[in-house]
Amino acid sequence: MIASLSINERQVGLMLTIGVAILGLIMLGAAKEGPMAVHGAMALALGIVLAFSLVGSLFDPDAPGGRAARYYDEPTRFGLMLTLIWGVVAMSVGVWVAALLYWPEATPLWPATSFGRLRPVHTTGVIFGFGGNALIATSLHVLQRTSRARLADSVSPWFVLIGYNLFCAWAVTGYLMGSTQSKEYAEAEWYADIWLVVVWVAYLVLYLRTLARRNEPHIYVANWYYLAFILVVAMLHIVNNIALPVSFAGARSFPVWSGVQDAMVQWWYGHNAVAFFLTAGFLGMLYYFLPVRAERPIWSYRLSIVSFWGIVFFYVWVGSHHLHYTALPYWVQTLGMTFSVMLLVPSWASAGNAIATLNGAWHKVRDDATLRFMFVAAVFYGLSTFEGSFLAIRPVNSLSHYTDWTVGHVHSGTLGWVAMIIFGAIYTLVPQLSGRTTMAWPKAIEWHFWLSIAGTLIYVVSMWNAGITQGLMWRTYDANGGLAYSFLESVMAMAPYYLLRTIGGALFLTGTVLCALNVRATMLATPVGAGASDRPLLTQPAE
Amino acid sequence: MTADQRHGAEIDPATGYETTGHDWNGIRELNTPFPRIVIWALALTFLYSMIAWILLPAWPIGRDFTRGVLGLDQRQIAMQGYAALERGRDDWMAPFAAGNLDALAADPALMARAMPAAQRLFADNCAACHGTHGTGGPGFPDLTDANWLWGGSPDTIAETLRVGINSGHPDTRVSQMPAFGRDGMLSREAVQAVTDYVLALPGSAADAQSAGAQVFAENCVACHGENGNGGLGTGAPSLVGARWIYGGDRAKVLATIHGGRQGVMPSWAGRLSAAEINLLAVYVARLGANNQHAEAP
Ligand code: HEC
Ligand code: HEC
Repeated sequence: MIASLSINERQVGLMLTIGVAILGLIMLGAAKEGPMAVHGAMALALGIVLAFSLVGSLFDPDAPGGRAARYYDEPTRFGLMLTLIWGVVAMSVGVWVAALLYWPEATPLWPATSFGRLRPVHTTGVIFGFGGNALIATSLHVLQRTSRARLADSVSPWFVLIGYNLFCAWAVTGYLMGSTQSKEYAEAEWYADIWLVVVWVAYLVLYLRTLARRNEPHIYVANWYYLAFILVVAMLHIVNNIALPVSFAGARSFPVWSGVQDAMVQWWYGHNAVAFFLTAGFLGMLYYFLPVRAERPIWSYRLSIVSFWGIVFFYVWVGSHHLHYTALPYWVQTLGMTFSVMLLVPSWASAGNAIATLNGAWHKVRDDATLRFMFVAAVFYGLSTFEGSFLAIRPVNSLSHYTDWTVGHVHSGTLGWVAMIIFGAIYTLVPQLSGRTTMAWPKAIEWHFWLSIAGTLIYVVSMWNAGITQGLMWRTYDANGGLAYSFLESVMAMAPYYLLRTIGGALFLTGTVLCALNVRATMLATPVGAGASDRPLLTQPAE
Repeated sequence: MTADQRHGAEIDPATGYETTGHDWNGIRELNTPFPRIVIWALALTFLYSMIAWILLPAWPIGRDFTRGVLGLDQRQIAMQGYAALERGRDDWMAPFAAGNLDALAADPALMARAMPAAQRLFADNCAACHGTHGTGGPGFPDLTDANWLWGGSPDTIAETLRVGINSGHPDTRVSQMPAFGRDGMLSREAVQAVTDYVLALPGSAADAQSAGAQVFAENCVACHGENGNGGLGTGAPSLVGARWIYGGDRAKVLATIHGGRQGVMPSWAGRLSAAEINLLAVYVARLGANNQHAEAP
């Protein structure tokens, strides 16, 4: 990766890495012990290692000339590798915590391995590590191709990727040490949150600068989605994480929000993390890779524009549906419920637009597992958005809330939609980035596809059963007006579903491991020189 | 590729629609007419929302909000729901609020209706410590045997539940097994000797002339009774039934006598209603009375 940087850029990079090392040193020195000190040491070590490799390369040959005539794909390659590493690690943790719910006696005795600490390692690892890296890596690719321009500069993509992964690593190691803000999907402590803001601003600037250099008159809809993802996630992250540190030399803080306002801000954040992280960004991915792979035009231009604005407008209202029947005022719940129902229309319009795009390419869906991944992703997107709007209706929610139905719903979205579209994108991109026409092991894609489908269906169906069973057991009264079941009985009734869920998760994980190995083999295989014409339009002067 | 070609619209053979003429590195879009069904769906969901906004509390206005023509209030609805459920139970629950518990326990028709609910109440509140069947576990007494710390009549149990044992309630029952060894009240040898004596109590093989018996008579009978039978109302258990709370092997008994014990049973007043406490008291009393391990104290 360093070889692709000019000497000048290496010098800038060196300053940045020294900056990270100094930041780590300050954190270490100020905190002396506890999670913040460990995190300082991590930053220090990262800064030193990177600085040394950059110093060593200062006198190596300069970057090859004519760079402006080529896309900058090294960061995308690097981001995809990180995607798969996080995917394998975080999904393994997921399977492990799923197994612990079936078999709690297996919990090891160390605090760091308790269920409560491992669960956010799984959620942060898959959402931010696996999903986030996939979004950043693919966005840089899509941005360049649809703008027909090289990235605006060569240092900031590395800063964004490495900085973002430092955030993820701080977050999950913090949980293991018991450091958490106790806000779901926003557990990382204040200094990690500030660091993420810095990284995110660099990402936004890189995106906008590259877009400004585009050689296409229009901005493709995928970029609208990626931009919505970057902008709104920044806003959500900042507002939800405003907190007062107990001391600047320690990892503990208190949020400025309290009571029901805190709950509302948290779920406004939480649901829009689903909306703008797990939906908008991935719709950007879908809108690029699906037509590219199917070699079909997007079915309806107008529909893609209208659903974009529909999704952006409706989603920001619906967070309160996570707080039905709570201290949150009834009127806020009504708004959350009604906007959730209206949200279904643009959601289904996007799913329908994607599926209709495959008209004229159904034979490819049949034959090409990569395209099939994307087709299934669009179907699951439609299914889970329908389910989401349905669960947001108050009387339905009174049955589903606090049950495993919610967990099933989330996984129909994350396994069926988010992960499948990532796999589709990876199998399209990796051969291209490796100068090849196919993956190293094309048959393994087929295996991966069926493992993913089986895993997702087993997982989701068992959680539907689990959730509905729980919800009904909690609200059934006997002839004498007493509760028909104790809570304990409802827990014991979960055993078969929890076992099935673990099996489903393990199947899905197996597929992911297969994908990671396949990607590794493809990246290491000798290029056959494919994709030589994949170039920016050279209207700008060469550097 | 010239600008003309790139921006020229063409007909897509598979669908028959025109493309928009935009081209992003090969990606094109069809100029499909906006699908009617989307407009209908939007209208329909908006209509649903309008109806909901008219009927239910919905939009903020200054410091107030639109109340909705149904005038619903979720707190009121919840309270009404609870009240209705309670009314449904009243015919068999009401007697427990202030009745004579022994008389209630003797009414088989009432028991048939009340005991299933009591069992669930027990599973939801008590099973975590006392076990699903009330048989206890290390540190938590078995409620199904005849070995009572404070007593097994429904009224005594109700009182135990109300105030708890070593709990935060002002009237809590207080009990303590002193730490004879750690606090230096007995020598190491005396602790060993009395441990042997206590271990032999259940089999009535205890040697009344032994050194341990001497120590026991001097230090333990005040709480555990002359023969170690308990039942003095001090919260000290009988030691003759071999039904140990903290375990009956030598190491555990030695640990009890050396380091003392003070179990905590939470107070349930305020968490459960008086009727629920009485219902549970009858239930627990029957656990003890109906069980197979019952032995005379
Ligand atoms: C947090 C654990 C815990 C819970 C929950 C709990 N108990 Fe207890 N309970 C104890 C302990 C410990 C003792 C023994 C205290 C001692 O050793 O002095 C005890 C003692 C008792 C006794 C006295 C037994 C005797 O021999 O006199 C009764 C009766 C009892 N519990 C009933 C209940 C009921 C009914 C519930 C549910 C409403 C309940 N407990 C919930 C821990 C618990
Ligand atoms: C001040 C009163 C008091 C005195 C004196 C006392 N005990 Fe206890 N003992 C208790 C109480 C109360 C408990 C129950 C503690 C609990 O359940 O938490 C108990 C429990 C025990 C137990 C545990 C029973 C079980 O089921 O696990 C043993 C054994 C025991 N005592 C032995 C002795 C011996 C031996 C002596 C004399 C050296 C003694 N006690 C003196 C109050 C006393």
